[in-house]
Amino acid sequence: MWAFGRVSGFVSLALFTGSVLLGILNRSGRPLMVLPRFSISLLHGNIALLATIFLGLHVGSLLLDSFAKLNPVDIVVPFLGSFQPFWQGLGTVALDLVLAVVVTGLLRHRIGQRSFKAVHWLSYGVWPVAMAHALGNGTDVSSGWFLLLAASSAVAVAAALLWRLSPSFLETSHARQGNLP
Amino acid sequence: MKTHLHIDWTSCDGRGLCAELLPGVLDRDDWGYPVARGKVGRERTDVPLRDADREAAREAVFLCPRLALSLLDGKAPETGKQVPGQ
Amino acid sequence: MSQANDTYPPVPLQPAQDTTRQEPRLLAAGADAGWEQHVGTFGSSEPHTAGPGLLEALAEAGLTGRGGAAFETWRKATAAAGSVRKGLFPARPVVIANGAEGEPLSFKDRTLLTHAPHLVIDGLIALAAALGGAEMYVYAPAAGLPHVQRAVGERPRGKRIRVVQAPETFISGESSAVVNMIANGSAVPTDQRRRLSESGLNGRPTLVVNVETLAQVALIARYGAQWFRQAGTGTDPGTRLVSVSGPAPVRDVVLEVPGGAPLSAVLREAGMDPAALSAVLVGGYHGRWVRPAGHTLSPVGPPSRVVRPGAGVIHALDLQACGIQATARIVSYLAGQSARQCGPCMFGLPAMASVLNRIAGGEANPRLASELDRLGRLVSGRGACRHPEGTTGLVSSALEVFAADFRAHVSGYCTGPGGAAA
Repeated sequence: MWAFGRVSGFVSLALFTGSVLLGILNRSGRPLMVLPRFSISLLHGNIALLATIFLGLHVGSLLLDSFAKLNPVDIVVPFLGSFQPFWQGLGTVALDLVLAVVVTGLLRHRIGQRSFKAVHWLSYGVWPVAMAHALGNGTDVSSGWFLLLAASSAVAVAAALLWRLSPSFLETSHARQGNLP
Repeated sequence: MKTHLHIDWTSCDGRGLCAELLPGVLDRDDWGYPVARGKVGRERTDVPLRDADREAAREAVFLCPRLALSLLDGKAPETGKQVPGQ
Repeated sequence: MSQANDTYPPVPLQPAQDTTRQEPRLLAAGADAGWEQHVGTFGSSEPHTAGPGLLEALAEAGLTGRGGAAFETWRKATAAAGSVRKGLFPARPVVIANGAEGEPLSFKDRTLLTHAPHLVIDGLIALAAALGGAEMYVYAPAAGLPHVQRAVGERPRGKRIRVVQAPETFISGESSAVVNMIANGSAVPTDQRRRLSESGLNGRPTLVVNVETLAQVALIARYGAQWFRQAGTGTDPGTRLVSVSGPAPVRDVVLEVPGGAPLSAVLREAGMDPAALSAVLVGGYHGRWVRPAGHTLSPVGPPSRVVRPGAGVIHALDLQACGIQATARIVSYLAGQSARQCGPCMFGLPAMASVLNRIAGGEANPRLASELDRLGRLVSGRGACRHPEGTTGLVSSALEVFAADFRAHVSGYCTGPGGAAA
């Protein structure tokens, strides 16, 4: 259970990283080589759902694990855990936010664009919190492959963010800045 | 009953998913916003759909990142609108 | 009509000799008419007793909206009345008197609200009563507001009318913007999946009616459809107010002209010589440039002989002025007045303004004219309101009327003395 709990955590984080990157790409309105825009949109959502499933497995297996001694209350309320309460609490925060983002994402057509958008912005907060939880709470931090994965994810997300904030982010930015075709 | 694809221009951001899903119905303009092919006037806002395009239109409505699309069954709203400035 | 007062028509029953000479109907009560003058001129009436018969009278009269779209008033009202009956519980309809006049060249509604607010309110009350007791609003800009408030205060049943201030923006009078302003305090157009006559203010069937149209409704309720049709033509019955403006010494003036009036006669009446004008903008910034001779004012008819009066704006350009520069200024203004909600308008109108300004500035680039035409066709029909196609219509009329000037400009010189490219 312990090993499974750790591995599902890594997989979940990696998938969330992918979903964040695809989400930013999706926002730019650009296709990715052979992938059309609507596929990117579907992929973004489905990878996020898959990541959430792995997140469920990660939390569920550690609940059952005798070594982690996770309390059901810790899943909902952060910073109460017995082992490294701060770092574990960050995981709880990330879990709660992910659930909010996923549920509003699924109910987008019901709750309207405004509420969806307001909650979806939280994704930018979830990712660093989840990464901090993995680094602070994880027991594999010393291993090289984990650090490599974490560092490359961080670089990718930071690069995507910088691109997101650049004036030429949108596919149509050239025309929208008032240039004739 | 004719189905129309209604474009809410106040929500649309021209991301282009609809034009990919309905290539025969929608093109994109200089700024990325959808343009109904071969249509003029209000049929560019309430775009009449052929039956064959209905399924793809439903997907476009579902996938539009801005929820700017909807399907109107029956008659499209027309006329009676006042001109701005008055 | 039960409340028709056939014994006291303010206008002689004989049509006048000269086709533009029109005894005032709407402004008959004189300047700043209060309740006393109003009743003294038009006779007392009971507009709140109007029934569905009023809609029939409006149909017989053939009254069309005076706010720009020239849609038949009875059709609009009947559509709203039909929506009231739909559904399990009848929804109380709403009638809004629209006095917003964002069009910089229009001032006839302001004039009407200043001098004849009671006639507008009579029409509002009558139409609301004909719909079975609708909620009533008057939406007016700052200039008309005190007059409306005074009028509402000095008449019986005035308390039922709510008065809302319209902001001074070009699009503040678009009907969905009017409803949006009253509901949410934001005078920008909204997306309309359903017509306002089905679902408008708070989801109720809503009629947004121009104030001059309501004043005409009040007169039809009093004197009947036949009296209304004594002015104007068969296809354009009744009278309309026009805001006429022109080159410097000419004073801005509001005239009441019969339907189907010749444009040149209207210009002469306003003190201008049509031969001394290069072109006339009719219908306002969303209207059309025409040469001063030959056209008549009417919402229906072939565009070669008839020009739609829209909201009644007539603005003359003298022979020395450059039509392209005038149009470029207007389009720049219109681009700035976009609510920036709809992409094609937000990006398309500034692009059109920029191309037109380059032509006006004398850039010798033959591609510019076709680019302007392409942009116009691109934006038209694509927005929550008709701001894009209104702008496109103006530009294409300029391309037509000022065709020679366009050719001169793109080859590097302006025919007018004020031309920067001269």
